[in-house]
Amino acid sequence: MPHVELQELRRSFGDFEALKGINVTLDKGEFLSLLGPSGCGKTTALRLVAGFDRPTSGRVVVDGKDISNVPPNRRDMGMVFQAYSLFPNMTAEKNVEFGLKVRKQSRDDRQKRVAELLELVGLSHAVKRYPHQLSGGMQQRVALARSLAIEPKVLLLDEPLSALDAKVRVQLREEIRRIQLELGITTIYVTHDQEEALSISDRVAVMYGGRIEQVGTPSEMYGSPATPFVAEFIGTMNRLTSTVADEASVEYAGAKVRVDAAKGHPRGERVMLLVRPETVEVEPAAAGAVPEGVLAGSVVSRTFLGSVTRVRLDTGAGEMTADVPTARSGALAIGVRVHARFPADSPRLLSLPDDVDAASLAQDLDDQ
Amino acid sequence: MRRFSLSAWIWIVLAAVYFLIPLLATLLFSIKDKQTGNCCSLSAYGFILHDPVFWSRIRLSFELALETIVITLLLLVPTIYWVHLRLPRLRAVISFLALVPFVVPPIILVGGLLNFYRGSPQWFYAKPFGFLAAAYVILAFPYVFFSLDAGFRAIDVHTLTEASLNLGASWRTTLARVILPNIKVAALSGAFLTLAIVMGEYTIAALSAFKTFPVYIENVNETQAYPAAALTLLSFGITWAAMGSILLVGRRGGATRVQLGGGGR
Amino acid sequence: MATDVAAVGELRPGTRPGRRRLPLAWLVVVPFFAYTLLFLFLPAGEVLVGAFKGAHGGATLSNLSDVIHNPNLRDDYKTSIEVSLVTAGLGALFGVLIAYAAIREGTPRWIRSALTTFSGVAANFGGIPLAFAFISTLGVLGIVTVFLQNQLHYSLYQHGFTIYGKTGVEVVYLYFQIPLMILVIAPAIDGLRREWREATSNLGASSFQYWRYVGLPVLLPSIISTLILLFGNSFAAYATAYGLTTGQSVHLVPITIGFDISGNVVSNPHEAQALAFGMFVVLAVMMLIYIPVQRRASRWAK
Repeated sequence: MPHVELQELRRSFGDFEALKGINVTLDKGEFLSLLGPSGCGKTTALRLVAGFDRPTSGRVVVDGKDISNVPPNRRDMGMVFQAYSLFPNMTAEKNVEFGLKVRKQSRDDRQKRVAELLELVGLSHAVKRYPHQLSGGMQQRVALARSLAIEPKVLLLDEPLSALDAKVRVQLREEIRRIQLELGITTIYVTHDQEEALSISDRVAVMYGGRIEQVGTPSEMYGSPATPFVAEFIGTMNRLTSTVADEASVEYAGAKVRVDAAKGHPRGERVMLLVRPETVEVEPAAAGAVPEGVLAGSVVSRTFLGSVTRVRLDTGAGEMTADVPTARSGALAIGVRVHARFPADSPRLLSLPDDVDAASLAQDLDDQ
Repeated sequence: MRRFSLSAWIWIVLAAVYFLIPLLATLLFSIKDKQTGNCCSLSAYGFILHDPVFWSRIRLSFELALETIVITLLLLVPTIYWVHLRLPRLRAVISFLALVPFVVPPIILVGGLLNFYRGSPQWFYAKPFGFLAAAYVILAFPYVFFSLDAGFRAIDVHTLTEASLNLGASWRTTLARVILPNIKVAALSGAFLTLAIVMGEYTIAALSAFKTFPVYIENVNETQAYPAAALTLLSFGITWAAMGSILLVGRRGGATRVQLGGGGR
Repeated sequence: MATDVAAVGELRPGTRPGRRRLPLAWLVVVPFFAYTLLFLFLPAGEVLVGAFKGAHGGATLSNLSDVIHNPNLRDDYKTSIEVSLVTAGLGALFGVLIAYAAIREGTPRWIRSALTTFSGVAANFGGIPLAFAFISTLGVLGIVTVFLQNQLHYSLYQHGFTIYGKTGVEVVYLYFQIPLMILVIAPAIDGLRREWREATSNLGASSFQYWRYVGLPVLLPSIISTLILLFGNSFAAYATAYGLTTGQSVHLVPITIGFDISGNVVSNPHEAQALAFGMFVVLAVMMLIYIPVQRRASRWAK
């Protein structure tokens, strides 16, 4: 039986529908991320689960029981807020202790548990400090310890790392995952950072405009995005507007490129190819005619990203991004004429209805 | 938490009753007919508006307020600017000084001033524009200081000054055309607060035997009840106008801070 | 910082090399300090020193002992302190309750704006007009008094109430004490982050427990520092009490000092100064408590 279920959750504020009926289930011990841009409804959903808000319709079910009417202080869930949630008048110790105090545990039990948890999050040396004496990262660790102290059934995190420095963010998200695995606690994690979601979740639910666009494992989301939005939101993606030619191929930038996904599509149909930059191979143009199925273009810019160099090409039909291993990118200077190709099975294909202008769809996706 | 709270509403209603009824009562008093003792007549207002003493007193207080504002700003603006720019350690000293008038309230200050300046020339001691204005500057300065200090803290004094000097401006130009426009809101707030204070200050004026507007109000209080009510409302209206101006000025300039003042308690 | 200052100084036109900059920097602030010396410190100092001067110029403690041994004057202090404690305490209590009622989530926003705006005015509206406003309301011929008499057959004054005495002063003082509290505590209440409330709820606490462990403790420094401010405010007030009673039926220290100054009562001028000294001591003690508490209050506002 699933541990936590969100059934047809809807939430409207007057005319505005923040959540348009979302459904998702979590198994015990599962780590699910709600991923999406601001305004997509992910925090609204989380707050419904926590009980700080009531759904317009739909249910939240935990262990088979409908808890939609249970007040937030009786739901037995731990919540870590984005920032500022530590009580300023209490030390780290006393903050963590708070939930236990409310549950009237004995002082010895409380102190033991507090020490345990602060050690778990690596803050045994700072127990007597006040929140304003702690860095942002440390504050969030205390917040995590505080929410875990009461041994909740479900852990909820609302963009806990957004307010922190980049380096601290990476460090802390690993720790959160490690602790979660160790304790085996069912977790819902809200974030707008796709790298964060993909790196630590069991499953990811991408949300947009109050709906769940797709739920799946990180590799499913990355490799098989189901909608243009998901494809765009997760990782970087080339969007190539092309026309279906014959025999599982499309016409783009004056070349006929083999694309397995085009099989079965009527000839002449306008489609959008989604191609991951790391699957695009680029080499300086050899002399002579352009080979079959290869795109010709020139290098417009190159950006050093460490082990990979991001090269942008102008193919005449638009620009394209290729992530090339830095070691092999030496010859690709700006202005150099190049040939680019990608494997036939690499692109995903999306049909473009006639009235949807590729440019405006691209603009929508860019605006995110 | 979004629930309706009965006790909250009870407090709000009680507050409304306590604060509004005296104003309402004063209004009713002020429109009582002199003959019948009942509703309704504007004769009290007429009496005031036709009284030449009223006009001379309110004019005097207003001019006093202007004088106080000018002197206070002239003293404080360069000082606070300079402290923020060059002498940051002095800021703590001035903040502390701004608390001294709370420990030496008007009732004490007036005695001290009267004694200390007893031998001074008549053009200062006997004239409101001398002695009284001098005292009012002291009364106003803490509030003007808080206002200006906040204003200076909100702008980057160093960068603005250096940029201006770097572009070739003199100190005077910098002060007048770069710094002042940026603390306009704070200065105006301080000015309106001073206005409210001076228009309402009774203690020092009465005990030094100066004939200002608040002193006039008290005289009328002791003799004519209905006109006194009219004056009370007028006084309230002046305070309201001053505070409202602060809000307006603040809204156009960005920050909205409600000011605490010391109106002639 | 130091290099900035030096650089700015360097850019100043007309600076001769080798000229010491320090004295000139202080020149700008001299007028201000001179002014406060002339019109605040010296006059105040004279009052305080005068409290220890005998009628013939020698140093003496007799003024102070006269005050202490005079039952009327002792009464003045007692009444002043009582009135100040009452109006500070009630002002703080009502101020907090009203401010919270207006700010909390369930209340329409306009009520909060109206309250803050009105408080800004009321905190500055005192003295003679305020006194008269209350006389119009609760005086012998006041609108409310007459209303109670005619409509409800309840005679306020026969039941011992009077606006012209100590209780009246307390009722009237609240008119500027409560708004002062509201103005100070409203931003502090705003500073109570919603996350704290939600976190306590999430951890299982009730509303009462939230206030007890988080809400009130965080507000407490502001409340205490404002209480002190209110006390001092009330203690030093003169015009309002004078307007209510023309000084007759209420014995407050400022009123007595006022009489001494205006020569209504023929007495030793040093009595006024001794009284003033006593006031000063009370207020100074208040200030000494206020400053550190205020600092604590702003610490948590981060």
